[in-house]
Amino acid sequence: MTDRPPMTDWATDFDHTTSEWAQRAPEIWDDLRAGCPVAHTERFGGCWFPSRHEDVDAIAHDTEHFSSRSIIVNELGAFGVAPVGFAPPITSDPPFHKIARGLLLPAFSPKAIAELEAATRQTCRDLLDDALSTAAANDGLVDIAVEYTQHIPVRVIAHMLGLPVSDGDKFRGFIHRILEKPGQAASVSPDDTLVAYLEHVIAERRETPGDDLISYLVDAEVGGVPLTDDHIEGTVALLLIAGIDTTWSAIGASLWHLAQNPHDLDRLRDDPAAMQFAVEEFLRFYAPVTMARVVAEEVTVGDAEMKADDWVLLPFPSANRDPEFFDRADEFVIDRQRNRHAAFGLGIHRCLGSNLARMELRVALEEWVAAVSRFELADDDPDAVRWSTGQVRGPRELPVRLLETTGGTT
Amino acid sequence: MRITLDREACQGHNRCYLLAPELFDVDDEGYAVLRVDGDVPPELEEKARLAVDNCPEYAIAIEE
Repeated sequence: MTDRPPMTDWATDFDHTTSEWAQRAPEIWDDLRAGCPVAHTERFGGCWFPSRHEDVDAIAHDTEHFSSRSIIVNELGAFGVAPVGFAPPITSDPPFHKIARGLLLPAFSPKAIAELEAATRQTCRDLLDDALSTAAANDGLVDIAVEYTQHIPVRVIAHMLGLPVSDGDKFRGFIHRILEKPGQAASVSPDDTLVAYLEHVIAERRETPGDDLISYLVDAEVGGVPLTDDHIEGTVALLLIAGIDTTWSAIGASLWHLAQNPHDLDRLRDDPAAMQFAVEEFLRFYAPVTMARVVAEEVTVGDAEMKADDWVLLPFPSANRDPEFFDRADEFVIDRQRNRHAAFGLGIHRCLGSNLARMELRVALEEWVAAVSRFELADDDPDAVRWSTGQVRGPRELPVRLLETTGGTT
Repeated sequence: MRITLDREACQGHNRCYLLAPELFDVDDEGYAVLRVDGDVPPELEEKARLAVDNCPEYAIAIEE
């Protein structure tokens, strides 16, 4: 672990990987949007933080000046090589990006994802049965980030990739090292890495193909040429990394909200038609993902003169609370009708898994609302919840007390 | 009411398809496709406005 000096100022010395930042992020974004719309830090070799929707939107659409070759800000620097990068297509730039993305789009189209809904619902029900049993044996107390929300995306993506659900803890370990402590992990054995795990799985699928996404990639060709092992490994790593913590965060933050706002819980139970608007408002208000770019060539954003190889964070969650772009931006409006939120990004890198994430969030909430009619945070202080640090933000522990379930009062 | 879709601007957020499936379909890659020839039936005008107001890429336009 690297020891880091404490932050002196958000605008000139921010460190988004600290818990100090994660616990107060929405408040910090508000400060920055009002006072210093393009903040900077010398940390990570130099990194910018544009907090307004207008700037985030412009940068996300400008693939000439801003490369995706590395998308997680870290102290080791931007190690990806354009236009492919380490994990195509998220780390790819045009024109390669379109090819790598096109391979995956059909598997994540809304119609393909709809076919996974019944199994996802069953997964949620199974997890809820267990969580409710835990609560019943503990005076109504259960940590739903640990017992409910974190398992949902793991099981769904494991199913898509044809990987055993029992490897879920392993995936989460790999992901935690990559996302929350980029470049800061203590030395790990080479056998205990995501790369080693994936090399093994890909070799297996070459021998015995199945009806899953990894087998599909092993078989896929671009212009008559099979994908390289590096490409397949990077893409599968991406699907694992990008699909798990993000969706876990969105579901967890939504339940954190409902625990504190029983009128919203009532509305969802009494008016199922509100759910489709509520899902988008949860995504706007609690967007978990901040992306990053690497400056490809010198460019000016507002007053900020960005140099080649500088990092630029793309805080979609901050853009989503910009009062210049949204009416009542700082209020959660459960049935908001005009909601051009950017939770899934903007421009050509729109989250590939957005339809999957949206379906998981909706189904997880529908099942929760059907099973639990009243619950509250176990700790009276809502800030007692620990939010993950880095570029994916969500509650990592969420102890709640169930007050009334539809199966009877606990 | 007339409706147009800019296929170049569409990034496949699928908000229109969810809000107004009577007006929008999606292709195999998940990009929006108009299901009407440009004229919006009166009973779908409200849905057309919703689709416009929720597209993050401003890919849909209506003319009243």
